[in-house]
Amino acid sequence: MASVAKEWREIPGRYNLIGTKCGNCGKIFFPSRDFCPVCRRKGIGKIEKYKVARTGEVYTFTVIYDAPDANVRQKPYAAAMVRTDDGILISGQLVDVDLDKIEIGMRVRAVLRKLDSDGASGVIHYGFKFVPEL
Amino acid sequence: MEVGIVSYGAYVPRYRIKPEEIGRIWGVDGKAMGKGLMINQKSVPSPDEDVVTIATEAARFMMARVPEVDPQDIGAIYVGSESHPYAVKPTATIVAESIEATPAMTAADLEFACKAGTAGIQACMGLVGSGMVRYGVAIGADTSQGAPGDALEYSASAGGAAYLIGSENVIAKINRTLSFTTDTPDFWRREGQPYPLHGGRFTGEPAYFRHVTSAAKMMLDAMGTQPSDYDHAVFHQPNGKFPTRVAKQLGFTPEQIQYGLLTPEIGNTYSGAVPLGLASILDHAKPGDRIFVTSYGSGAGSDAFDITVTDAISGYKRDRAPVLEKILADPVYVDYGIYAKFKEKIVMPE
Repeated sequence: MASVAKEWREIPGRYNLIGTKCGNCGKIFFPSRDFCPVCRRKGIGKIEKYKVARTGEVYTFTVIYDAPDANVRQKPYAAAMVRTDDGILISGQLVDVDLDKIEIGMRVRAVLRKLDSDGASGVIHYGFKFVPEL
Repeated sequence: MEVGIVSYGAYVPRYRIKPEEIGRIWGVDGKAMGKGLMINQKSVPSPDEDVVTIATEAARFMMARVPEVDPQDIGAIYVGSESHPYAVKPTATIVAESIEATPAMTAADLEFACKAGTAGIQACMGLVGSGMVRYGVAIGADTSQGAPGDALEYSASAGGAAYLIGSENVIAKINRTLSFTTDTPDFWRREGQPYPLHGGRFTGEPAYFRHVTSAAKMMLDAMGTQPSDYDHAVFHQPNGKFPTRVAKQLGFTPEQIQYGLLTPEIGNTYSGAVPLGLASILDHAKPGDRIFVTSYGSGAGSDAFDITVTDAISGYKRDRAPVLEKILADPVYVDYGIYAKFKEKIVMPE
């Protein structure tokens, strides 16, 4: 069973794509970081919350046939790198899509879906996946 | 104080199954079953969808249409459903976090069979009307259960809609709400049981019809109105047959219920049914339209609402989220095997 506390800490990023931005150089981090590796000391105290855009386009994708247990009911399924409208690259599952119609450049948006659960009695983990834009 | 709907959002999963496919498995004339129930197809949630994700999607669409509303001004969120993913641990807190309304707010999950969504609207009206909160969110959503082979399996589907209730920039004023409630055991599911049981024909006359017509007549009496005074009406729709019949009994025309009747194309979304039907009406509504709403929840009760669409709907940013016509436009049909896999009816190894 995954640590409940660890999963809980990741909720802002997983639900709402909340990352961080360095107030010194403007670099955006997703998942969030509380230290800027570019500015180092100059960035300390200047790291702000940053909400990444929920829409973007498929930068590249792959179709997965050998699924982990969490996705066994969905295989084969697509995973994509998405370039969000504010320029961030995010990886996630691409669902509710016809696998033969996925194209690089396709418009997508982030939605909340079940990612996994700690068995039948444990916590259910929710997070973002991508779907084609309506 | 004028209390009403400030915004709304609706969501229905993309997958569908037809009654003939369900009937094929159980040796029943599914097409005839579908015709009798007036159900052409029903929605099926994908394996990664549940009431949390459906409610969240509806709530996010609701918030997208009112960018001027700060989610921090939401003081209450109620999610009505009979298929909350957890027995203990609220759906409402996850939805609240997903629309960034936490932490200065109250939240709870509601259950009243198919009418927990409209019960949430009433609770929010009280909180807003009394000045306790600026905005309240009421959501009705379900991924309803029907035992394999049972009549319910032909109708039980998935979907939901969310309502932002407030007193500023109201697009649809709720003129009045009232309820008719009794202890009538027509349909139930015991704790820990995977499927509900029902009283067969008992779910009709003494249950659905008695409660819906009683609440509807109480509302017409209270408002001094007649069915012809309304432009649109929506009744709870466990199938297509019941709401069509009850509308006729009360004196509403097929034209009045056309936009609110979604069950023939998406099935019975339980707590989502009347909220979705109302959302479909609001997708088409013009200023001045009067809407008659009556939900029904087994167990049993009906909530009635008399609603007037305001001039504010003209400036409402409806296009910032998809309307139901668009959401329902591109379904993917699945066979019973895929349906059984998606609905976790197949036992998998640990």
